[in-house]
Amino acid sequence: MELKEIQRLEGHTDRVWSLDWNPATGHDGIPLVFASCSGDKTVRIWEQNLSSGLWACKAVLEETHTRTVRSCAWSPSGKILATGSFDATTAIWENVGGDFECVSTLEGHENEVKSVCWNASGTLLATCSRDKSVWIWEVLPGNEFECVSVLQGHAQDVKMVKWHPTEDILFSCSYDNNIKVWADEGDSDDWQCVQTLGEPNNGHTSTVWALSFNASGDKMVSCSDDLTVKVWGTENTEIQSGGGFAPWRHLCTLTGYHDRTIFSVHWSREGIFASGAADDAIRLFVDDNESQVDGPLYKLLLKKEKAHDMEVNFVQWSPGEKPLLASASDDGTIKVWELIS
Amino acid sequence: MVSGLINANPIIYEKKERRTRTAPTAIQDEDIKDPEHPYSLEELKVITEEAVEVDDQRNYVRITFTPTVEHCSMATIIGLCLRVKLMRSLPSRYKVDIRVAPGSHATEAAVNKQLNDKERVAAALENPNLLDMVDECLAPSYY
Repeated sequence: MELKEIQRLEGHTDRVWSLDWNPATGHDGIPLVFASCSGDKTVRIWEQNLSSGLWACKAVLEETHTRTVRSCAWSPSGKILATGSFDATTAIWENVGGDFECVSTLEGHENEVKSVCWNASGTLLATCSRDKSVWIWEVLPGNEFECVSVLQGHAQDVKMVKWHPTEDILFSCSYDNNIKVWADEGDSDDWQCVQTLGEPNNGHTSTVWALSFNASGDKMVSCSDDLTVKVWGTENTEIQSGGGFAPWRHLCTLTGYHDRTIFSVHWSREGIFASGAADDAIRLFVDDNESQVDGPLYKLLLKKEKAHDMEVNFVQWSPGEKPLLASASDDGTIKVWELIS
Repeated sequence: MVSGLINANPIIYEKKERRTRTAPTAIQDEDIKDPEHPYSLEELKVITEEAVEVDDQRNYVRITFTPTVEHCSMATIIGLCLRVKLMRSLPSRYKVDIRVAPGSHATEAAVNKQLNDKERVAAALENPNLLDMVDECLAPSYY
């Protein structure tokens, strides 16, 4: 196994914080597209050239956010891009004939927006902030967004929000070391925290930076400043009628693989999860079929030291038949990698 | 407090003669001003030569500073100054950890966590007021 660098993309003039592959690309002859965002206050759209297989910057979204753009996320249809910024706003961008127009700006957070995420159906958008709150916005016709819930519960900044891949259950992770699970158990936008995964549940002992789900949605991986990656599982992902919620439980802790803060994890549909960290390295992990009962359930598949010249802030697998891995770094570059066996 | 200062009467120490090091000496080459006094961090013994650990092999630097008082609310500003100083002076391959000396601050763990969260540091440095304070402390001609 080898993680081969296909391309190193330059363009951002400051650290690249995050990126997101457009889920509607990479199949039926549609070239793979992703968006990236940076401390340079811009968002860049990158498109693959089908003949060369290489990416080029197609658009720069600028002069809207006035501070770092921390997070970006395509809607499930791939038609709308949401971007969250340290300027406390979330911008909504629409692709109009190849040009990206900012069609809406969501205000409400008191300070830095750190993460944005769409639910599976694209009807809800979640945002989170240093102000410790998580907001859920309903998408209305005409690019209108209405805040339907403000979730208070974290004691410190909320680093990331992530919707479950099939259910309308929201997950948030925080500087307070906890992961919180939020669900609307009634039917009237009555969002509640239904579970907190923290230190007493074998949870993290420092800031939780990110989490990601496997394809079927019954497992979740999280990463932390405590230098561990943890895998969590649930028996049943559906919200039971009558409000029963199947809790998540700790399955295993992977420790000793990164020696600086782990900022990002992402699970591929093929069951390989990648981690990116402040030690400039990328690691890949897979299910360990031969693991003993009570032993580790996942094993290291591959380590890529010096994946970047500086810290790796984000990793994400692409859609499409042959997933590629993209990574974003403090060195200002994005790299696209192919896993070759 | 009549003066309004966090530590109204700090002890001033004599600056030490600096030994030559082969390692990067960003912190020692130039003085950093205390946020509330016209003295350098070295003169107040907030930072000493011994408190800068450099591992050139591993491209690693650790700084341990000692706030002048246990409840010093300036601790995060001082830490931020140290971090920015290193960001501006050291080659980017260096990893830097900054902490207050064990037992020297009432909220030691919280201060350390904040100083080493790069997202918080990035956000702080986009705050014009904080950046002005940092720049003032790092200005080469404060005296």
